[in-house]
Amino acid sequence: MPLSRDQITIRAARELKDGYVVNLGIGMPTLVANHIPQGMDVWLQSENGLLGIGPFPTETDVDPDLINAGKQTITARLGASYFSSSDSFAMIRGGHIDMCILGAMQVSEEGDIANWMIPGKMVKGMGGAMDLVAGVKRVVVTMEHNAKDGAAKLVRKCSLPLTGQACIDMVITDLCVLEMDHARQRFVLKEVAPGVTPQDVRAKTEAEIIIPDSVPTVSC
Amino acid sequence: MVQKVHATPEAAMADLKDRGIIRDGMTVMVGGFGLCGIPEKLIVALRDTGVRELTCISNNAGVDDFGLGLLLQTRQIKKMVSSYVGENATFEKQFISGELEVEFNPQGTLAERIRAGGAGIPAFYTATGVGTPVAEGKETREFYRPSEDTRAMNRELKGAVRAEGARKRTYVLETGLYADLALVKAYKADHFGNLVFRKTARNFNAMMAGAASFVIAEVEDLVPVGGIEPDQVHTPGNYVDRIVRTVSEKRIEQRTTRAG
Repeated sequence: MPLSRDQITIRAARELKDGYVVNLGIGMPTLVANHIPQGMDVWLQSENGLLGIGPFPTETDVDPDLINAGKQTITARLGASYFSSSDSFAMIRGGHIDMCILGAMQVSEEGDIANWMIPGKMVKGMGGAMDLVAGVKRVVVTMEHNAKDGAAKLVRKCSLPLTGQACIDMVITDLCVLEMDHARQRFVLKEVAPGVTPQDVRAKTEAEIIIPDSVPTVSC
Repeated sequence: MVQKVHATPEAAMADLKDRGIIRDGMTVMVGGFGLCGIPEKLIVALRDTGVRELTCISNNAGVDDFGLGLLLQTRQIKKMVSSYVGENATFEKQFISGELEVEFNPQGTLAERIRAGGAGIPAFYTATGVGTPVAEGKETREFYRPSEDTRAMNRELKGAVRAEGARKRTYVLETGLYADLALVKAYKADHFGNLVFRKTARNFNAMMAGAASFVIAEVEDLVPVGGIEPDQVHTPGNYVDRIVRTVSEKRIEQRTTRAG
């Protein structure tokens, strides 16, 4: 059974550590916030200028001056701080964010990522993605293992224009968890979804990956 | 004291055409992130000056009928310098037809280019965008990361160390940005132009106020000089040329709430 979107985010949340400062991308990564373990103190950063995102506001607490990077109305938690966009990206570029989780269209075997543009289609822009993958200490991708048409998303070399080079540390898909071995510049298969074999993963992956003798099943 | 406060956005721009500050082909910075913290009434006033062929530096392009979308509808913008322009059908149409030129910048690079331009820094190196279309045709150079090699950063510094296993990394040269006019939105101003921003409405406004020859601030609250604690000032008043107090609509793009 491949992991559901919710299970992927639950698995991603297990990468969080107490005291971490984390930036969550728009879409599936945002849902990781719902699975932060009880008692763990995680600070969510929003690149439009907030450290310490709180829950969504109640109808009466909605404030047009307080939004996240997805332009949703939010609240700030106790201890939060506001800053300008240049300060926010100084925080990101300067390596002061422990982890970011974002989606991808393609990830290459050396950890390149493409997630902002498809040639010939309307380009909306990269937003803060290029800065995040270049600056954050640990970059985690959550995505479907394959595209809707079955095409591999974990590829030898990205055919789409890159967002960043050799910057991905972990990939969590519906089929498996892969961790970058920086010395060997290849992903290592770390866990497989229940009922999924390492051979299944290999068959659905174009990238060269390292498969250890024994691969545990994801528990989430 | 120079009178910076004007009664309306129109009044704040009334003489700027004659003075050559507002002119066709000019570059204008417009603050805001999405619709949050945009100088909404100043955008309308700029539209009404009839100025054309604008190069507009702004993180986003508003929505069809609000924010910079208004200047797109009237085809007053020739080129946008932005990081993300998702929510605007007018934009999409003009972009696809080739009518509108767009330069995409990574959001942090855009923010730093504006900050640098205002700070007198013509160019800087960043790791953002290396190996991507953004770096094509730009100079690159290798450095150690500042955090990994204080020795290379300061050769005179005794005891400075290079982290074990530190390797040089490629950086790309990006230039500073400076505009003819900046339109910014702040929460509060005093008559000297000291500005206080509110929550995430600060975003690009803080840097843009420092990166243009002429700066107009749209504010919600105006107080006498001395009405803002010096410790609370986000942008010092010397950056601001004109101030207009408005009642803004502050439209919300994605109203998201929880029960309770």
